Amino acid sequence: MTGKEKTAAKEKIVQLGKKLVGDINLGTNPTIDVPVRSLSNVSFDTKSKTLVLGNKKSKRFFFNIGHVRKFVQTIEIAKIAKILLEAGKHASLRDVYYMAKRTIPGTSINIVDEQPETDNAIEDLELITDMSREQIHLNANKMGSVAGKVIIEDKGDTIDWSKLGSGGWSIPSNVEEIEFKKVTGQYIIYMEKAAVWERLHEDKFWEKQNCIIMSSQGQTTRGVRRLLQRLHSEHNLPVYVLTDFDSYGIYIYSVIKFGSIGLAHMAESLAIPSVMFLGITADDINNYDLKKHFIKMKDVDIARLKQIADYDWFKNNKAWQRQFKMMKDFGSKVEIQALSSKGITFISDTYLPEKIRKKDFID
Amino acid sequence: MMEKEGIDTGAKAEELAQRQRSISIAEFFEKNRHLLGFDNKRKAILTAVKEAVDNSLDACEEARVLPEIIVSLTEFSEDRYHLVVEDNGPGIVKQQIPQVFARLLYGSKFHTRRQARGQQGLGISAAILYAQLTTGKPARITSRTSPRKPAHHYELRIDVQKNAPEILKEEEVTWDKEHGTKIEMELEATYLKGMQSVDEYLKETAIVNPHATIIYTTPKAEQIIYSRATEKLPELPKEIKPHPYGVEIGLLIRMLSSTTSRTLQAFLMNEFSRVGTETAKDICANAAILPTQKPSEITREQSEKLVAGIKATRIIAPPTDCISPIGEVLLETGLKKEVAAEFYCSATRPPAVYRGNPFQIEVGIAYGGQLPQDQPATILRFANKVPLLYQQGACGITEAITETNWKPYGLQQSGSSIPNGQTVILVHMASVWVPFTSEAKEALAHYPEIIKEIKLALQECGRKLSIYVNKKHYAERQLERANLFEAYIPEVAESLAAITGTAKAALLQKLESTLKKDEIQAQLEVRIQEVEDDMRLPLKAILEEDGEGEEHKLQIKKREQQKKLK
Repeated sequence: MTGKEKTAAKEKIVQLGKKLVGDINLGTNPTIDVPVRSLSNVSFDTKSKTLVLGNKKSKRFFFNIGHVRKFVQTIEIAKIAKILLEAGKHASLRDVYYMAKRTIPGTSINIVDEQPETDNAIEDLELITDMSREQIHLNANKMGSVAGKVIIEDKGDTIDWSKLGSGGWSIPSNVEEIEFKKVTGQYIIYMEKAAVWERLHEDKFWEKQNCIIMSSQGQTTRGVRRLLQRLHSEHNLPVYVLTDFDSYGIYIYSVIKFGSIGLAHMAESLAIPSVMFLGITADDINNYDLKKHFIKMKDVDIARLKQIADYDWFKNNKAWQRQFKMMKDFGSKVEIQALSSKGITFISDTYLPEKIRKKDFID
Repeated sequence: MMEKEGIDTGAKAEELAQRQRSISIAEFFEKNRHLLGFDNKRKAILTAVKEAVDNSLDACEEARVLPEIIVSLTEFSEDRYHLVVEDNGPGIVKQQIPQVFARLLYGSKFHTRRQARGQQGLGISAAILYAQLTTGKPARITSRTSPRKPAHHYELRIDVQKNAPEILKEEEVTWDKEHGTKIEMELEATYLKGMQSVDEYLKETAIVNPHATIIYTTPKAEQIIYSRATEKLPELPKEIKPHPYGVEIGLLIRMLSSTTSRTLQAFLMNEFSRVGTETAKDICANAAILPTQKPSEITREQSEKLVAGIKATRIIAPPTDCISPIGEVLLETGLKKEVAAEFYCSATRPPAVYRGNPFQIEVGIAYGGQLPQDQPATILRFANKVPLLYQQGACGITEAITETNWKPYGLQQSGSSIPNGQTVILVHMASVWVPFTSEAKEALAHYPEIIKEIKLALQECGRKLSIYVNKKHYAERQLERANLFEAYIPEVAESLAAITGTAKAALLQKLESTLKKDEIQAQLEVRIQEVEDDMRLPLKAILEEDGEGEEHKLQIKKREQQKKLK
């Protein structure tokens, strides 16, 4: 990050503080305007094919029984961010949680009780100051692995993603300062499950297919999404997503492609509208005879499916609506690992090469 | 059939007749002492104190003297106690003393229809009989009617077979009291503290009789003084004739045979309240009996027709000036005196009638303060200003309390149970004739008219309570809020000082003045004052069922609007 950016971030925080001091001096109720981060304030921009945040703002008051806690948490985080920026240090989300966590003297009130509270306050601060959390020196946990024919430079070290043993390169939360030296891989497969990534890595799938494999456990972290986006935009690599056949898998795909509702304000730097869904699809289940590995959907799964099917960005997509309908008719979901019933290396030897050769994707 | 079996029934009947004789009431009591509240030693001591104190209070009120009653219990040996009850009442004339104390069912109150603590003239002589049966000792009575007359002292026993007094000693004594009565007895008893103790009985008596002073020396030689809180004697209830609606066939026949009236019409007009010429004629017409018939010649069948005739005639309700309620103000005074709560309210219903008997219900509620939390409310039950300590579960008052929905009034209640929370609920029934479930006078009978009136009084009082509880909760919430912001202010000032470089002290001071906690606290006091204003509203809105306080709310609204206009 450049010194200029650092000063800009600090300036934004000081601006917020001065606004509040002004409120206090006027004897009015101190207020912070926080853009609303929920579906009601998120829309799908058909032009850029990403989610965009609307203009709705909510007011967060200090003298309001329902707001006061969040209000205090927000400016607590602002204070921590300013201290980090001044010291030139970075902190993890967990660090921030512990920096904010304490009991107000003489009371039984804790500033925060659980980490999601500080995480939320950080996301709010991003919106209030219009800065990303990386810009205000706050990093997420690293939770992703990558392997493939790529050589990068990070903080002066040269790293070859093809020569990192069984673990691969673990993706940091901030990938802005990485420089791609040599990219040989032809495409990227991003998968929902770390276990599947390990399977493909052991089978040297990336070497045989000349590609890059990437994963983060569960929901895709910001660092991973940013890395995918940079590889895609800077080296023009297609990205394919491999998830379980269930509503959560589809949402993981949706987040990578269109952006997430919670981080709609960052869609521009995180979303990759050309991403394709590789599998598992309903047709895969028929073609590869996976019906015997059905897991019955629970009520929450069905409710989530209905919700996703109603999203603006899926509503008019016939291919996806067909998938949703089939999932609903099956009343069941299937995990990626179900493919292992055909043989442990079936996924690397047969399934993936076939799908990619046939270009059997859903957009 | 009888003869076939060879039994001479005539001879048997003769044999039985030789054994048949009337049993005296005193003998009956000897075998059935539980009916009068002497079931066990613990209860016996309470009943003895109660009978003596009730008589003293009745006598003082009748003589228009502010009661000062001295009660003293001394432990002679384990389960043997000496009881002294002394009052400053009018005293008893010499020749009546043996009759009043040593003859059961002798009294002045049974034949009158007026509100009084005692009813049958049974209680005090029963206590003396109990003492006599358990210790063999006579009762000692001292009484003086005027400073110009000497005091008389008696030692009395009850001749159980004859139900007549047996005088062991009779003398004139010097006594420093100008007038009054003192009764001493020794009885088998157990003294314990708790909800059904002599202590509790006297305390509750002091609550509903704030015009009385009671000086009590416990067996542990502690002296408790319940001082008088008002110099105002309660109105003396007037005596009334029975109302026709309350008369049953047996009583009617007895009245017909003993009347001096010469015609049925005159009998009806003279012996009953609310019966004038027209009403008397209507009753006779409805019973199909001539108004000129002699009362003594009326047959049993005709009496039955007469009862039916009364029922078929519209007769106005009995006069209600025969009842002497405690009154809302004195009820609160009494509660404040003996119950350490933070809020008190009361309600007195207008008089009502059950089976021709006028009665009146009063309710008082004490809330909060030092009362224990998370426990069922304490119920204080009274009939004609006498505390009822036993049989709470069987009492009509308890039924009315549990059937009332207390949640709208700010108390917790699960289902139909006694409400929970820091509350004392006092219910008083005043009547010329209080219907008890038994002669022990422990629980009110479940007459629907009475239960309904109790519920209405509870609701009326409950509304006053809810105004307070709700405002209190509102004020507490306000203060809680202020405290919360107050806790956060230093944190905000600290963070903003760190971000902007503004002085922390200045931010602190500014935020605190914006919070205005002092004002919220001041508001709190104003609000309690407002509750008291609200309570002075005429509560016309007291309707039959719960939740019909709309009119009441409307009145509050109106008052608030008027306030604004001013």
